[in-house]
Amino acid sequence: MRTPLFLLIWLAVSAAVFAASVWLGNDYIFFACYVVLQYVVLGTAWNILGGYCGYVNFGSAAFFALGAYSTVAIYQLTRENEFYGLPIPVLMLIGGIVSGIVGFGMGYLTLRLRGAFFAIATLALAVVLQTLVVNWDYVGGSRGAYIIRPEQIEPIGNYIRYLFLLMLLLAVAAITIARLIEHSRLGYGFASIRDDELAAEASGVPTLRLKLIATTISGALMGMAGAPFPYYIGYLQPSSTFGLDYAVNSIAMPLIGGTTSWIGPLIGALLLGSLQQIATVTISSAVNLLIVGFVLVIFVIIAPNGIVGLIHTYLQRKPEDFVGRRQVEAELPGRVQ
Amino acid sequence: MVFSFDLFINAVVSGILIGGFYAGVTSGLSLSFGILDIVNIAHPAFIILGSYIAYICNATLGVDPILAAIAVMPVFYVLGSGIYQIYYVSFEKRGQESLRGLAFFFGLLFITEVTLVLYFGVDYRYVEAPYIGPSLHVAQLDLPLRILVPCVVSLLMTAGLQIFLTRSFLGRAVMAVAQDQLALRLMAVDPIRIKRIAFGISIATASLAGAFLIIIQPVEPSVGREYIGRIFAICVLGGMGSLPGTVIAAMLLGIVESLTSTFYGPSWAPAVSFGFLLLTLAVRPAGLLGR
Repeated sequence: MRTPLFLLIWLAVSAAVFAASVWLGNDYIFFACYVVLQYVVLGTAWNILGGYCGYVNFGSAAFFALGAYSTVAIYQLTRENEFYGLPIPVLMLIGGIVSGIVGFGMGYLTLRLRGAFFAIATLALAVVLQTLVVNWDYVGGSRGAYIIRPEQIEPIGNYIRYLFLLMLLLAVAAITIARLIEHSRLGYGFASIRDDELAAEASGVPTLRLKLIATTISGALMGMAGAPFPYYIGYLQPSSTFGLDYAVNSIAMPLIGGTTSWIGPLIGALLLGSLQQIATVTISSAVNLLIVGFVLVIFVIIAPNGIVGLIHTYLQRKPEDFVGRRQVEAELPGRVQ
Repeated sequence: MVFSFDLFINAVVSGILIGGFYAGVTSGLSLSFGILDIVNIAHPAFIILGSYIAYICNATLGVDPILAAIAVMPVFYVLGSGIYQIYYVSFEKRGQESLRGLAFFFGLLFITEVTLVLYFGVDYRYVEAPYIGPSLHVAQLDLPLRILVPCVVSLLMTAGLQIFLTRSFLGRAVMAVAQDQLALRLMAVDPIRIKRIAFGISIATASLAGAFLIIIQPVEPSVGREYIGRIFAICVLGGMGSLPGTVIAAMLLGIVESLTSTFYGPSWAPAVSFGFLLLTLAVRPAGLLGR
């Protein structure tokens, strides 16, 4: 399928989703669906680095919070003058750029080493950025910051609908980017890194450059997902914005859905995100996080290729991929530095 | 702030004491991440679990937290061996440890933390022992016993681990498994069994480390997260799998953190370990005493 057609179909789908939500007329739907869509973006963004390249990012919350806090910083900066209330698409762009730059810097320092170091560094990055934000009074420090959301916006009406629409468009953009990457030279390069980085390097794949591209795109998308968040939540506070639940969700969703294609994170996010929204309302928010943890552990053990993998095996389309070769690799002595 | 020599010396000494404690906390990770190459990011979660067990024993039975932790070590050993078995069968054997193995440990970290939150809430818990409270005074130095005791015991534990690794047959087998698994197999030793034992020991140290932690500071379930960056930084800085390196790196980090919190404020201290980690990765990835 050509990309414009793909994009058109998804735009039609989102128009339908939006129309259906408006028709239902319940504002809570917008609040709930916004979160699910946010996870679609986070999951897809995580998967560009984690699923395609095989590099685990535990710092999704950090990139997300970077986007959110650049919005807060700009909000504080423009509060006094005529730029007050910069349009949210612009804020998303800024959040994306900030997160993208941080992603690039992180990657540059750690990606030359083994994958585990990158994973640990991302985990530590979340703690450090949180420390910085807690100590930075301008964006609220540990007390948190209030953002006053306008009630209405012109053509759409209720502001939350506007945010929902923006997130819907961002989700479509993220999925399109992921699919575009998957079927391009870039995507094949990523896959070669994931399967055997040493061999890729030896056959002339510029691995460091590709990994940096992946980190930057992935970080930027996460930042873009975070930028409208202060307007959505109204009150931003470091310990919840940097919370582990964003990190675990954006890892769990692609792994549950399936990491090798764009549809995996989408399935995972829609499924797990909706489940969580329902569980939050009906049971409690702590229990639903526990559910995510257990589902993640069970899925990585039992269904390594996620739901997409399960469907593939069910349809008998996919031969047992690489199992033989992988086993030989696992038996090989020594470590790969 | 006026620079005062007393303050400086006290900060350095308390940094060394805290560093000794960090060494004990990190030694388990040096074994699993440094030697066995298992990226166990759930290690801090096991430490917090150890803290809570020490807390329960202390609150209900009035047992000394360190003794309680030593008594619980065999349980942690079995837990660790069990986890390694699952990890081996599900990930190492299939060659998927890099992505899914990491996610597995991350899930374990998350489950432990949320379970503790659900069960104990987010209140800070603390233990009672005779050595919590009083301090030794040597010249101008203040040596709080609540840090001195964990520091000494944790250095003893690290030393014991080092002797085990270099002197005993089993310990040498653990070192060998890191170097050449195939060669070990040719010597008629089952590498998986050795790894299982080593991982069990690594988790067993977490029990004791948890007791140290709750003696030094009140604990709540998410405290462990601060330690992720810290212990991995120490492990990498010390040189993967080198216990003497771990001790040196831990003391270094302890001193720098202590100076930072004395002169800039404690809220900046968590950033120090990350700076250390990034600096090490950028300048000398092999660490101080790297192999």
